[in-house]
Amino acid sequence: MVSLLTPRPRTSVDQPTRGYRVFQGINGVILTAVVVVTLYPFVNIIARSFSGERQIRAGEVTLWPKGFDLTTYRIVFTDDVFWRGYGNTLFYTVVSTVVAMVLTTCYAYVLSKKHLKGRNVLVGIAVFTMFFSGGLIPNYVLITSLGLKNSVWAIALPNAISVFNLLVMKAFFESLPTELEEAAEIDGLSTYGTLLRIVLPLSKAVIATMVLFYSVSYWNSWFQAFLYMDRAELMPVTVYLRNLIAGATGATNAGATTEQGSQVAANIQAVTIVLTSLPILCVYPFVQRYFVSGVMLGAVKG
Amino acid sequence: MRRPVRRGWRRALRRDWQLYSLAVLPLLFFLVFRYLPMIGNVIAFRRFEPGGSLLGEHWVGLRYVEMFLSDPTFWQVFRNTLWLGALTLVFCFPIPIVLALLLNEVRRTSLKRFVQSVSYLPHFLSVVIVAGITMQMLATDGPVNHMLGWFGQEPTRFIQEPEWFRTIYVGSEIWQTAGWGTILYLAALTTIDDDLYEAARIDGANRWQQIWHVTLPGIRPTMITLLILNIGTFLAVGFEKILLLYNPLTYPTADVVSTYLYRTGVESNSFSYAAAIGLFEAIVGLVLITSANQLSRRTVGTSLW
Repeated sequence: MVSLLTPRPRTSVDQPTRGYRVFQGINGVILTAVVVVTLYPFVNIIARSFSGERQIRAGEVTLWPKGFDLTTYRIVFTDDVFWRGYGNTLFYTVVSTVVAMVLTTCYAYVLSKKHLKGRNVLVGIAVFTMFFSGGLIPNYVLITSLGLKNSVWAIALPNAISVFNLLVMKAFFESLPTELEEAAEIDGLSTYGTLLRIVLPLSKAVIATMVLFYSVSYWNSWFQAFLYMDRAELMPVTVYLRNLIAGATGATNAGATTEQGSQVAANIQAVTIVLTSLPILCVYPFVQRYFVSGVMLGAVKG
Repeated sequence: MRRPVRRGWRRALRRDWQLYSLAVLPLLFFLVFRYLPMIGNVIAFRRFEPGGSLLGEHWVGLRYVEMFLSDPTFWQVFRNTLWLGALTLVFCFPIPIVLALLLNEVRRTSLKRFVQSVSYLPHFLSVVIVAGITMQMLATDGPVNHMLGWFGQEPTRFIQEPEWFRTIYVGSEIWQTAGWGTILYLAALTTIDDDLYEAARIDGANRWQQIWHVTLPGIRPTMITLLILNIGTFLAVGFEKILLLYNPLTYPTADVVSTYLYRTGVESNSFSYAAAIGLFEAIVGLVLITSANQLSRRTVGTSLW
């Protein structure tokens, strides 16, 4: 795969003109602005999360924490609902990702077999759903009447196969040399055996990418849980945060009676945003290249 | 190499039954969670009792379709959807192209890599976090109002003002998607043959002419593919984000078809009525993507299928 980051080699004919140097300067300014605009909200939220109530209300918090205060962190850290939400998120993510990986891998492997009779129909069944879907209401009615409400399956099953991920995996399996699988077949390995012992060990990179794709999307999802989980103890942390945002005005009024209450009301959203995005921000630098390569594989071959 | 020979189903099944067996569970998934809901849309034309049959009780014809066509709220949310869809297309489609072209001119690899990593970041956050950050930025004690204060402006409650909603929505979409949107263009840019630039320079083309005559044609297939996809999802404006950002005060500009059908269906239990609206939305989406695809195939020869 061609790396995105390799610069185009320049030739000796390439003499930068004055106009181009001016352009390079402006380009640098624009890209710096892009970086600042992207990062500033994070900096501000982190600063708010550590700041005192009075300074936040006065709108003084911009870059650094003002009137350093950890009350809200202490309260969120000791809040069972928050931690249960985190646990739920972890549980839903793991179960959903496992289900999604099994289904996606199986189907992608089947679709990658060019000789298979009916293969085009099988591909069509999947691809059509990219362009036409049943919509929210029939899905809601279906999940409800299947009795999946308030169970992890309401989150794991309805989105178990992402067609984009399926096509990426299919493209990868198609690119594997056929000789290995033929040799395995001659040695008497069944299709299952070939998939498990020959194909999957060769596909570690694409499997890692797919696991990341699925787990990040399940980790970040909130609407399925919001729709299908009626009981507070089943909420993932994203729904916890959503309820905070939705009830923001209510919390401000309710909490304003005590000094501690008003401190919490002032920066609880910031604290929760920091604590929910922390896991993503921590793993992001290490996994980013897998995402990029996964998207490219899908775009080039899919 | 196996040759793709046409054989009877019986032979195919006997030889490949193990492969077919691997497809059973995924097919069951598509059947139950993708195709059954499509069929479930018949409740748009049938009386539906919550707790009753999945496919409704008895036919009522086009009653629900006529109902939403004569519903002024529907036309209002439809207009809002067109507005947000158009603004998203106008801003969120070209900005990644410009950003990719700018990144492509950066000679220092470390700098380029840094800008890329930073600009991809918002894509990986939950839409709930993005909405939360947006609201914090725009709060009366937030940095936006703080900056406006330098110019003597009184704090504005942006999130409760209908006239600000479109700007806020599009702005937060740009913040979240612009960086990640460059990936495919950057990939396409690396595939442009250097000899083309060389030849252009020998012909006396300056930088701008090189960009116009070499770079842009080089990424044209990517641009068109993404444009078709963008047009296809025109009506499916960010439902989840709007649901998080809007409130009854901003409904006049913020309420879109999908949020309206969510409220009528799930919150008010008018399932058939909401399903009729949803079906309408899905069909318009299908028509849009098919016609965009046809048009692009006829005019520029690039298409999705």
